[in-house]
Amino acid sequence: MGEFMTNKDQLIMGIETSCDETAVAIIKNGREIAANVVASQIESHKRFGGVVPEIASRHHVEQITIVLEEALNQANISYEDLSAIAVTEGPGLVGALLVGVNAAKAVAFAHGIPLVGVHHIAGHIYANRLVTEMTFPLLSLVVSGGHTELVYMKEHGHFEVIGETRDDAAGEAYDKVARTLNLPYPGGPHIDRLAQEGEPSISLPRAWLEEGSYDFSFSGLKSAVINTVHNAEQRGEKIKPEDLAASFQQSVIDVLVTKTSKAAKEYNIKQVLLAGGVAANKGLRKALQEEFIKLPECELVIPPLSLCTDNAAMIAAAGSVLFEKGIQSTMALNANPGLDITIHN
Amino acid sequence: MKLLSIDTSNYALGVAILDGDQVIGEYITNIKKNHSVRVMPAIETLMKDCDMKPSDLSKIVVAEGPGSYTGVRIGVTIAKTLAWTLNIPLTGVSSLEVLAASAGRYFEGVISPIFDARRGQIYTGLYQFHEGKLITKNKDQLILSKYWAAELKERSEKVLFIGNDLLLHKETFEGINGTQAVFAEITEHNPRPAELALLGRDKEVEDIHSFVPNYIRLAEAEANWIKANKEKIRK
Ligand SMILES: [Zn+2]
Repeated sequence: MGEFMTNKDQLIMGIETSCDETAVAIIKNGREIAANVVASQIESHKRFGGVVPEIASRHHVEQITIVLEEALNQANISYEDLSAIAVTEGPGLVGALLVGVNAAKAVAFAHGIPLVGVHHIAGHIYANRLVTEMTFPLLSLVVSGGHTELVYMKEHGHFEVIGETRDDAAGEAYDKVARTLNLPYPGGPHIDRLAQEGEPSISLPRAWLEEGSYDFSFSGLKSAVINTVHNAEQRGEKIKPEDLAASFQQSVIDVLVTKTSKAAKEYNIKQVLLAGGVAANKGLRKALQEEFIKLPECELVIPPLSLCTDNAAMIAAAGSVLFEKGIQSTMALNANPGLDITIHN
Repeated sequence: MKLLSIDTSNYALGVAILDGDQVIGEYITNIKKNHSVRVMPAIETLMKDCDMKPSDLSKIVVAEGPGSYTGVRIGVTIAKTLAWTLNIPLTGVSSLEVLAASAGRYFEGVISPIFDARRGQIYTGLYQFHEGKLITKNKDQLILSKYWAAELKERSEKVLFIGNDLLLHKETFEGINGTQAVFAEITEHNPRPAELALLGRDKEVEDIHSFVPNYIRLAEAEANWIKANKEKIRK
């Protein structure tokens, strides 16, 4: 055991392979990063214009032990020091998840370490605990390539989805609009950059859905963008891509921020956490900051960019609280691509 | 010297422990059930029954493919992670070689292990026992079973066909090869993890970090991409 640790320190190893990042991290006492290693495959998938599941799975097998070793070296610990191993069991690409789950089981079995299966979104939410302590009740706005959700938490491990997308995730809409504008994959950051240079001058719809609903819908907006481009082409007009990006982004952000703020008031929320890959979006960050300045009793937490995208530190952070609640998985743990987030009491 | 062997490359799931010159435990099932859920519990149970701890292991041997991409990946991921984390050597053995060794030891001709690869295709190779050692005569490949039958006919040697997927291709081999073809009994179609352990015992050790399955095939997207780029270059 390293000198800097006492016997009481809880050390959790996190493993995350749900999409195109092979990641391993080690977290001390639920909040301190001792190691955080991410091997990204994005360069390999760029030529296909998106993540190819079979190729992602193959890369994970190539990377997994290398990333494990680097994490242990970074934290300067050995297996005997670990309290538990947390791994993403879903949702995600099944073939990709399987590599992480089976590697986690192998390490847990080899050294007799408890194993904890973690929901990927719980991980994204807990990335925030690596920045600041959680204050309940809290509300998390989760926005990523596959998710747009509002999650209410009255205590640790209590994940209650109060709103979710009925069609496309916000990140998906970003990718499709980026393709319409001929922007390279992944499109999100390019739209965000263009939007900073343009004016939201083009009128686009906002799907508020029925009164009181915290659900989202982005497919209508996506279609409106595509139609706008096609109609302009037919008329021989040229739309400034910067303006279209700005208008699209404004429409997405309006809905996200308004619903988050409304839910925060209704549920007497003390803390709002931004989570998921789209949390890297500058426009969204800025709009949330401007909105929550008006709600001083509610703290807004936005994790640094490196913790917004997929990583294993967030999985270890979520695993830490689940482990303390006594939640453990067996050697029969499986990858579950459609796993629902649950309330752990 | 205690070896753990793992084979999840096809439907059959196999785990065995070889202790020196004795097979002390072997577990095989051939059911259409998820390897990811079952293989670690199988290893756990077998080792417990054999009174062994993970730290007692001195080598891991894994069936490296060909087979189901996902299946092979589960076995290889577990094997390389176990070997790396326990700091013991890892050896990979062809899944077809394991199947050949499972039934052909006392057969006088050549052995053709078969895994179905869909659309009339098979994964196969050609093996032969020579003075107790299994020799690879033709390396593992993906081929249409009718082409393979024609190729074997030209060799005019006796061929032993093995594998649970044989049923799908039996007619092709019977029709073309006539009396040349010998078919293994149903009790011999499951690849034996004990044979895997024995094959791996004396084989060279792999570099754990860079060890990957032998998929034989490129991922479809990769193959298409390469094809499209070649066409681009030609233009
Ligand atoms: Zn994610």
